[in-house]
Amino acid sequence: MPPRDIRVEFAGGVELLFDNQKQLDIPISKFHDPSHPAKENLTYTVRDLLQLLKDRYLKQRLELFLQGDNVKPGILVVINDCDWELMGGPDYELEPGDRVVFISTLHGG
Amino acid sequence: MPFLCKRCSRKAILKRPKTGDTLCKECFFELFELEIHETIICAKLFKPGLKVAVGASGGKDSTVLAHVMKVLNEKYHYGIHLTLLSVDEGITGYRDDSLETVKRNEQQYELPLKIVSYKDLYGWSMDDIVKQIGLKNNCTFCGVFRRQALDRGATMTAVDMILTGHNADDIAETVLMNLLRGDIARLSRCTAIITGAEGSLPRAKPLKYAYEKEIVMYAYFKKLDYFSTECVYSPNAYRGYARTFLKDLESIRPRCIIDIIHSGENFAIKSSVKMAAQGSCSRCGFISSQEVCKACILLDGLNRGLPRLTTGKMKKAHRSFAQNNKQENGEVTSPAD
Ligand SMILES: [Zn+2]
Repeated sequence: MPPRDIRVEFAGGVELLFDNQKQLDIPISKFHDPSHPAKENLTYTVRDLLQLLKDRYLKQRLELFLQGDNVKPGILVVINDCDWELMGGPDYELEPGDRVVFISTLHGG
Repeated sequence: MPFLCKRCSRKAILKRPKTGDTLCKECFFELFELEIHETIICAKLFKPGLKVAVGASGGKDSTVLAHVMKVLNEKYHYGIHLTLLSVDEGITGYRDDSLETVKRNEQQYELPLKIVSYKDLYGWSMDDIVKQIGLKNNCTFCGVFRRQALDRGATMTAVDMILTGHNADDIAETVLMNLLRGDIARLSRCTAIITGAEGSLPRAKPLKYAYEKEIVMYAYFKKLDYFSTECVYSPNAYRGYARTFLKDLESIRPRCIIDIIHSGENFAIKSSVKMAAQGSCSRCGFISSQEVCKACILLDGLNRGLPRLTTGKMKKAHRSFAQNNKQENGEVTSPAD
């Protein structure tokens, strides 16, 4: 059976904002907004994922993760081992089994 | 439809911030390393036999630097002797963890590691200093002590040159900061690949043209082992306005980083601007532009229980230091003892 979850990983210091969790498996069903009954063939983008992370998972200091409805500049996003800038950025449509990694570049070297 | 590599037409995995080019993993590794090699060659950084220490913090930049230097030294036969040099500031829950990373790097890269600690050099760890002075000026102490501690470690291990992991984003940020402060002397020095006055140990920045994004992507795709957390005593220190401003600019126009560095490099300094002459500290013998170096001044304040004085105006501190020395009738001990 193919995976039905989106795998989300945090690295480079982003995990500190998520209670030190380095990895989350989020079922696609979690994306459904209960106030809008799910439609057939509804797709979800990374932007929706950011909203979901903000609403349900982010533990502290929202401003260190998001700027507006996008990730804060300086946080890299890698989708299935590819720079998200080559995947459409926040508009990329997620598919079950996708792996999305958020890596901060802002922590000391 | 996936993007293809500009060089070889395999599937691209990265959009380069400097050029906008798309690259596959193999071409990215190759170009990233090659550009650092070119930076090194253009600046004629090394001669065969040179003993070179990588200032290693366990963080992303110095970990990537240590890895790439090891690769390039073998690939291009620089013939240099590489070591790792780390400073233990004595910060529980921060430096103890990052030093574990450096110790793993020592094994992974087979490079000898030397660790120098504030406690050994100065008699005070940062934990001790914070207990004494609180959280207000602690970063001043740490910055001054770290700079000198690296020099001392290098001297102890008879190293000829220290490499630091400063990347293009760091240098662009420094250019901006110096511009904002009107610090013309530093503005003209901060983009130089080698710093260090005559008689002092040269420090070089082989990653000065490497973008932070590429450094982190290189570490990610190479699965390098690095440590990332914030210093417990300065959770916001790295995130000044200049850095935020720069990252915002970069997200709109990534070239701005390299353009700011080039601007900094091409500023002409009027001859009327007085440049500080570098000498050595009369107390500990290490490099200083003043008769007594900042580390000795700060340490003197700590040991006399008057640390607040020393982090104010430096001139005042120098006066106080001179007076105190007269009173003590020249009875001084070097912090190295
Ligand atoms: Zn390629």
